[in-house]
Amino acid sequence: MEKTGVVIEIKKGRIKDANLGMIACARAANREVYALILNDTAENFREILEAHGVHAMVEITTGGADHTPWNPEQHTRAIITAMEALHIKALLALTTPMGRELLPRIAAALDAPLVMDCIDVDLEKGLARTTLYSGKTIGTIQVTGSHELFGIRPNVIAPVPVKTKAKMISMPIDTPVSGKFKTVEILPGQSSQTDITEADIIISGGRAMQSKENFDLLFQCAHTMGAAVGASRVAVDMGWVPYTMQVGQTGEKVSPRVYIACGISGSIQHFAGMKMSGMIIAINTNAEAAMVSNCDYFIEGDLFEIVPLLTQRLTQKAK
Amino acid sequence: MDMKIYVCVKHVPDSAANIAVKDGNTIDDKISFLLNPYDEHAVTEAAALKKHLGRGEVIAISLGTEDVEKTLRSAMAMGADRSILVKTDRQRDSIFTARALKAAIDQDGSPAIIFTGRESIDMEGMQTMFRLGAAFGFPVASNVIKFTPEKNSATVESQTEGGGKNIYHLSMPCVLGVGRGINTPSYPTFPDVVKARKKEVKTIDVKDLNITPSPSSMSVISLEPFAQERRAREITGTPAEQVQTLVNILRNEAKVLN
Ligand SMILES: Cc1cc2nc3c(=O)[nH]c(=O)nc-3n(C[C@H](O)[C@H](O)[C@H](O)COP(=O)(O)OP(=O)(O)OC[C@H]3O[C@@H](n4cnc5c(N)ncnc54)[C@H](O)[C@@H]3O)c2cc1C
Repeated sequence: MEKTGVVIEIKKGRIKDANLGMIACARAANREVYALILNDTAENFREILEAHGVHAMVEITTGGADHTPWNPEQHTRAIITAMEALHIKALLALTTPMGRELLPRIAAALDAPLVMDCIDVDLEKGLARTTLYSGKTIGTIQVTGSHELFGIRPNVIAPVPVKTKAKMISMPIDTPVSGKFKTVEILPGQSSQTDITEADIIISGGRAMQSKENFDLLFQCAHTMGAAVGASRVAVDMGWVPYTMQVGQTGEKVSPRVYIACGISGSIQHFAGMKMSGMIIAINTNAEAAMVSNCDYFIEGDLFEIVPLLTQRLTQKAK
Repeated sequence: MDMKIYVCVKHVPDSAANIAVKDGNTIDDKISFLLNPYDEHAVTEAAALKKHLGRGEVIAISLGTEDVEKTLRSAMAMGADRSILVKTDRQRDSIFTARALKAAIDQDGSPAIIFTGRESIDMEGMQTMFRLGAAFGFPVASNVIKFTPEKNSATVESQTEGGGKNIYHLSMPCVLGVGRGINTPSYPTFPDVVKARKKEVKTIDVKDLNITPSPSSMSVISLEPFAQERRAREITGTPAEQVQTLVNILRNEAKVLN
């Protein structure tokens, strides 16, 4: 049977939830699913992988003497070596910072087709669906080639629990670091913060936030419901929050289950990044704002009144 | 010999444009097209490097139709010294694009460094810079938010999640896909625009580059507008009541609260 490789992303010792939807996508084709685990103990994840239909766990350890925790160039070569050894022609990974580093490098090295940020993939037919033109259209892309690679948008494909027994394949791969590309340092982000590309709920602020300090209102509110905080480009350009929080055409494309837009007018560029959200809730003083006319629920009101009340209400519930 | 700094740019629909689908798999191109926003940062960074070195030449290069000249003029108004237009009649995939850019650059000179934007806002492919690097055998970093040139090498910061960064060291020549945050493009003044009109645009027909096609390809076979109709229902009442309703919606309808 043909095999599909899925690059598993692990964060702080846990398999990111978004992997499970990706595995479901790989399972949809009548092929074996090989979970590739880079520099981590595969056995730790056996239970969850077997609960989602993985046929094999491939534990790849890179580097030998040249081991580094993260060197995308070296890890690319290790994954290609594993793909060749196991005859894996189709590979999936998440469209996250890690996937953005690995997949295009693998595709370039293999001269293979790659579609990033897929919302659906048909591996048998070599078809992928993804947003094109800044989220304003959805395209179906046909790929041809000896291999096929797909980046899956986190949280769009639902996990499908299905039991399997997974075999274990251990692959130490000695890939020296090339002199051309070296990792100097890895500076992790704030791990206390939920990442916006993977959050179930995002609460975002725009120009109306007025200051960096006022964003604390959103962080406090987000904390009570396990949400991530996002922002419009204006809030980023004003220096209130970092670029990584920007949602939109020139920021992150997100697809949370709920998106709460506080004081964001709903420009075409902002919508480009969040229109895939399951539910959109607008809090805006102006009932004529584009965000209000294109949402599921809105409160015509002052965010400085509504948001603290929401935080208060959710804190009470938690007790 | 003068140091050659190449910047690969793309002519893309204005981010504010409404996109209409034509013939099932393309778009109606009677809208305004501009320099890809991320590429503005790439041009700005290339011009800054030239200034820092006190020498060198910045060459903007693009694959596209004749209309792309407009975007190359913008790149020259923002600091490129001259440009190359590789002419083709249609949208090409990144596999072909990288081959065409490589062939055209090879014909022009030997690059000290190549800049691009981290992605184009039309195809959102996120991969041309990696394919270009592989074609040349140059190291690549993308999502670069800080670039420090050194003698024959460069140190870059590449953005990761939650505000994290990876710091990489690359030998030169290298290919860098830049992200927002690396710099603040300054928009051209009127004299810049006038000067750019006089700068050279070398046009090459892609057919004359004799590119060996790849067996791999990606083609858009269908395109549909993505407009979700949402029913904008108002949550009414006093602020306390509105918040209570909101919590109920989050819990019972969206099911995101425990
Ligand atoms: C090439 C390009 C790319 C771009 N990319 C992006 C992108 O990726 N992401 C992005 O967001 N933008 C992007 N933009 C910018 C975009 O065009 C808008 O300028 C921006 O989204 C507006 O931000 P905003 O909604 O925060 O501000 P505004 O449009 O000023 O809206 C503020 C809103 O707050 C409301 N308000 C004011 N006070 C209150 C209050 N007390 N309580 C509640 N509501 C209040 C107002 O009614 C208004 O609706 C891009 C622009 C260009 C040209």
